[in-house]
Amino acid sequence: MRILKVAVMTAMLLAAGTFGAAAAEYTIVIDKMKFGPVPPALHPGDTIVWRNDDILHHSATARDKSFDLDLPARSSATMTIGAAGEVPFYCKFHPGMTGTLVITP
Amino acid sequence: MIRKLVIAGLLALGLGGMAWAADAPTDPQIAHIAYTAGQIDIAAAEQAIKKSQNADIIAFAKQMEEDHKAVNDQALALVKKLNVTPEDNPTSQALSKAAADKLAELDKLDGAAFDKAYIDNEVAYHKTVNSALQDTLIPAAQNAELKALLQQGLTLFTEHEKHAEMVAAKFQ
Repeated sequence: MRILKVAVMTAMLLAAGTFGAAAAEYTIVIDKMKFGPVPPALHPGDTIVWRNDDILHHSATARDKSFDLDLPARSSATMTIGAAGEVPFYCKFHPGMTGTLVITP
Repeated sequence: MIRKLVIAGLLALGLGGMAWAADAPTDPQIAHIAYTAGQIDIAAAEQAIKKSQNADIIAFAKQMEEDHKAVNDQALALVKKLNVTPEDNPTSQALSKAAADKLAELDKLDGAAFDKAYIDNEVAYHKTVNSALQDTLIPAAQNAELKALLQQGLTLFTEHEKHAEMVAAKFQ
């Protein structure tokens, strides 16, 4: 009975979000020399999967050097988002490809 | 239209010889011209990687080699899928001849003289190819997938043109 009570309470706490919102995972697709849409509601701790569907080798490189992911053709790489703020990024092989992560607390 | 491409290409490569192709290139001819243009830049890159000691030139050349190979691989896959046989034509032949002459000319140069000549030619060559893509090849392409690949090529080669200009500015 005691075990059941603990289990019910745990379930209620989880359902109520007492343990905080879970980190989300987002995907940014790269294709045809462009970064796809950047998710609008990013928070520290979320993860981004950078998926390069293009036939070309690209990178996802932060202007502030906080990340620099190498993305050979048709590959992907995952990173965890750091502190809040605006982080412009680009492809270091094709600098005309740009975007900005907007991270809110 | 294609005549303009031949003239521009030859001028960009610093040569005056002329060859003419019929107007309005067909898709098999367009595929051949685009592939040939890519192979020309790969050969130029290979020469630069072999001859240059300059880090900027070598990095640029490696980028050209990788990107143009990727696009040409995609072009080959596409023509295979479409069951199209690229058709040799006077434009491709003129571009190849001019490029071979340019390679021979650059081969006689060394050091900074080679670096400057290579990167200046890369600027001119990408300008020419991009103009040809925009004004002639993309409008003339009939197949939607071929047109889309050419469009992607134009976006990529415009990047190359800007990159080449940035590198070239260091040698002025």
